[in-house]
Amino acid sequence: MAESGVTDGLCNTDDIERSKTEGKELTKEEKQRLRKEKKQQKKNKEKNDEKTSHEGEKKKNKKKKEEQPAGSASQPPAQPSPKAVPAPAPPPPAAAAVPVPASEAPAPADKPAKSKADLKAERRARQEAERASKGKKGDVGQPAPTGKLKAPPSELQPVVKRLPEHVQVDNPEVVKKLAKKLERQQTPGCNAAENVKIPLRSDYGYKVSLFSHLHQYSRKAPLTQQLGIPSTVIHPAIVRLGLQYSQGIVAGSNARSVALLHAFQQVIRDYTTPPNEELSRDLVNKLKPYISFLNQCRPLSASMGNAIKYIKKEISNIPSQCKEEEAKIKLLNCIERYINEKIVLAAKAIAKYSIEKISDGDVILVYGCSSLVNHILCEAFEKKRKFRVIVVDSRPRLEGREALRRLVQKGISCTYVLISAVSYILPEVSKVFLGAHALLANGYVMSRVGTSQIALVAKAFNVPVLVCCETYKFCERVQTDSFVSNELDDPDDLIVTRKGKTQLEHWQKVPSLGLLNLVYDVTPPDFVDLVITDLGMIPCTSVPVVLRVKNVDQ
Amino acid sequence: MELQAVLMAAGGGSRMPDLTYNTPKPMLPVGNKPLMWHPLNLLERVGFEEVIVITTKEVQKMMSTDPKMKDVKMKLDVVCIQEDGDMGTADALRHIQQKIKTDVLVVSCDLITDVALHEVVDLFRAHNATLAMLMSKAHDFTETVPGQKGKKKTGEQRDFVGVDQSGKRLLFMANEADLEDGLSIRKSIMRKHPRMHIKTGLVDAHLYCLKKAVVDFLADNKSISSIRGELLPYLVRKQFSKTTNCPKSKDDADDQTQKTADGSTNSTELLICSRDEPLLQLAQERSCWNDHRGDMSEAYHGGKLRCYVHIMDQGLCYRVNTLAAYIEANRLASKLLEEPAVHPSAVISERCQMGPDSIIGAQCQVADKTSIKRSTIGNSTTVKEKVKVTNSIIMHGVTIEEGCNIHGCVICSNAVIGRGADLKYCLVGNGQQIEAEGEAHSFHTSTFNMLSLFSPPTVTRGT
Repeated sequence: MAESGVTDGLCNTDDIERSKTEGKELTKEEKQRLRKEKKQQKKNKEKNDEKTSHEGEKKKNKKKKEEQPAGSASQPPAQPSPKAVPAPAPPPPAAAAVPVPASEAPAPADKPAKSKADLKAERRARQEAERASKGKKGDVGQPAPTGKLKAPPSELQPVVKRLPEHVQVDNPEVVKKLAKKLERQQTPGCNAAENVKIPLRSDYGYKVSLFSHLHQYSRKAPLTQQLGIPSTVIHPAIVRLGLQYSQGIVAGSNARSVALLHAFQQVIRDYTTPPNEELSRDLVNKLKPYISFLNQCRPLSASMGNAIKYIKKEISNIPSQCKEEEAKIKLLNCIERYINEKIVLAAKAIAKYSIEKISDGDVILVYGCSSLVNHILCEAFEKKRKFRVIVVDSRPRLEGREALRRLVQKGISCTYVLISAVSYILPEVSKVFLGAHALLANGYVMSRVGTSQIALVAKAFNVPVLVCCETYKFCERVQTDSFVSNELDDPDDLIVTRKGKTQLEHWQKVPSLGLLNLVYDVTPPDFVDLVITDLGMIPCTSVPVVLRVKNVDQ
Repeated sequence: MELQAVLMAAGGGSRMPDLTYNTPKPMLPVGNKPLMWHPLNLLERVGFEEVIVITTKEVQKMMSTDPKMKDVKMKLDVVCIQEDGDMGTADALRHIQQKIKTDVLVVSCDLITDVALHEVVDLFRAHNATLAMLMSKAHDFTETVPGQKGKKKTGEQRDFVGVDQSGKRLLFMANEADLEDGLSIRKSIMRKHPRMHIKTGLVDAHLYCLKKAVVDFLADNKSISSIRGELLPYLVRKQFSKTTNCPKSKDDADDQTQKTADGSTNSTELLICSRDEPLLQLAQERSCWNDHRGDMSEAYHGGKLRCYVHIMDQGLCYRVNTLAAYIEANRLASKLLEEPAVHPSAVISERCQMGPDSIIGAQCQVADKTSIKRSTIGNSTTVKEKVKVTNSIIMHGVTIEEGCNIHGCVICSNAVIGRGADLKYCLVGNGQQIEAEGEAHSFHTSTFNMLSLFSPPTVTRGT
């Protein structure tokens, strides 16, 4: 191009212009050509997107297998171009991939000359390929390719996680799936002939519509009704534990975790590896139905979830050449160590930190019965701090009475009020100590229902709120409200008899009446001033840091 | 394994001698099935696979021949004991101590009930109890019993049962015979449970869940011979005894030994105070639950030995140890059984009137113009024409000739009732023969008082 400019340099302006124009023309032409190609490619892409989304959305269920060989026969020559087409190429196996991208290759080439019949044939070929790829990969792959090929709104699909089943109770399909899952979790055991399945506990009573996605069970209908006596499918220690959970004999996050680990110790002691099986894999499978059973008796707490994860990890980490006896002893020791470190020693550490925060003359407000807060206060009292305690309680559990008993037994002077009086009594209070059921990854505190109220009122009165929580209760869930994931207790607990009259006795007969007995609520981090953990005193927003550090350690 | 079932079927049936002098009590037919079939059926329905049956050789022989017993699909491990030996229920448990590996569920062979067994066992499991038992509100028997003059209860000794406010925890148990001066309750019990309900109208179903440590304790203490009479009151008393709240030093010493060796260190002392393992103890400390409120003590008042009772207010629960109970049980047996009332192999003519609550056994022959109402007729019985049978229990192999009128009677196996006999509220013993045209009212016959009824009407009254 430069040379043509030089050779034409005699006629200056014209030539230059001409050369420029020629050059420009040339470049223009080339540029135009490039532009055209790009446009065509883009158009084809969009067309293909539309086509595949079209197929994906509307024609998924058609089966036309004859089209596929015809389609694939015409496709092989145009293989190089698939590199331009994203997604379907990498994940599915080549055979399925070939028709899909290849079918898009002739499309740009033959675009002007295509007839409706050709388009239809290609569409069907693409359908078959997608169905084949879906069949080979299963569910996991499906969101990926279709997500990337589909129009923008569905791009969010791979990011959306599946909701856990226990918060989809109002979706009948999910409930059916859960029932099937429980069936599949039959423990083969020694009697392979009997296929006793873990029963499904049925919901009780009318559920308030906002919480209809949660389970609501009645204490009078225990899960053991549907199990045989003596229980052979489920280890007796687990049955006992499940009963104790559902009747509330073991209540409180720490107590439940300790009891769970104790029951697992018994299971491990009684376990024998079946022939041709490895302990590391078989034991984990054995524990699954037990965990489902316990979940049916009472939904698992975050601390229990973490304990179970730890156990499963320890079991899978057992080397295969380890003998059964050694492995069992190792596991039992692991459990002992876990409880010792995460619960007992953590309580001591938290007590040590908290005592620094308690000064003489303090008036401390506590809510409900938190084993950790009670422990702290008893330790502080033994260290000769002078303080008094106000115990706030709420119906229907009235756990504050138990806290009151334990504190008074030690000799601490206490006042007892119900939560309705909290704003009257807060002017006297200097500090609020709260226990937690779990600490969520966004800094929210999940605790007994009523805790967020206390934190709110305390904030309004400028009273510092300190939450005490061990690190093993930190959970990776994120929640900003108390609706999405909660626990519904037995609604009959709300019925009370006063002076011989029980007003709510026949509440089920009144169609517009629903009884709601919530167990947990979440407190936003703005209301919490400090979280005292065994790692030290951290602000609420540092929870994700702790979780990250924990994950790195593990 | 969680629970082992033990069926006590060696009892003599001393309170109904007329029925049991020939047939041992466990094999008496109730609803055309042997008496011991009913508790076995209950255990089978609930899910047991093996039962240890303690019985006599005679019963064992009869069991092996009886077709109904073959219906029982569980594995029956029969242990025979001497009939004449004075073996109480606790002695029997001691006898099979070697077989007992876990907690045990003891059932008596004369229990007919439709209780939801999980209610009793759940108390046993949830509270880690040493004893859990079943009781039921007593029902008055409305049927007239043959041989009884009027509705009189022969000086029955009442049972006093004290339960706490929830109605589940058993605090006090005594029989009237043991209380001479009056009912006295220890102050320690009153301090711990200020509100106690004392009930007298309860029937003990003789269904007990016992911890293994109790069986081991029995092995060491040979003086206890009856579960109901001696062991139970002992356990209930021991709940509040000071020594059972085990001092920590004992725990430390025993902690070294295996956890299964409960109660074997001290021969006479009951170490059923199962030292809860340290983790369980920790869990209980951290749990914010208490079974009572109002005082300063922890859950269960720190007691390790706990006895619980489940009191049924609805449903059937009968102990067939008296004649009245036997008759009542037969009446209601049809409700319990799922089989059709009339056995398919029975031959019943069309002109027979049969009421809906009657049960006809296998291979019966019922002729024309008979009327059978509210009765149970056993296997291989022949009922000829024009017979009216009401409110009666007729056992196996009986022959009833024509024109008889049988009302409110119990006729034992292989008896023959002659033509035209008119029996009201009678008990005809095994293999007896009632002569034709006889009439009897409120009469018992047995080998002890042989009777022949003479023709035309002689009304006789007697025991």
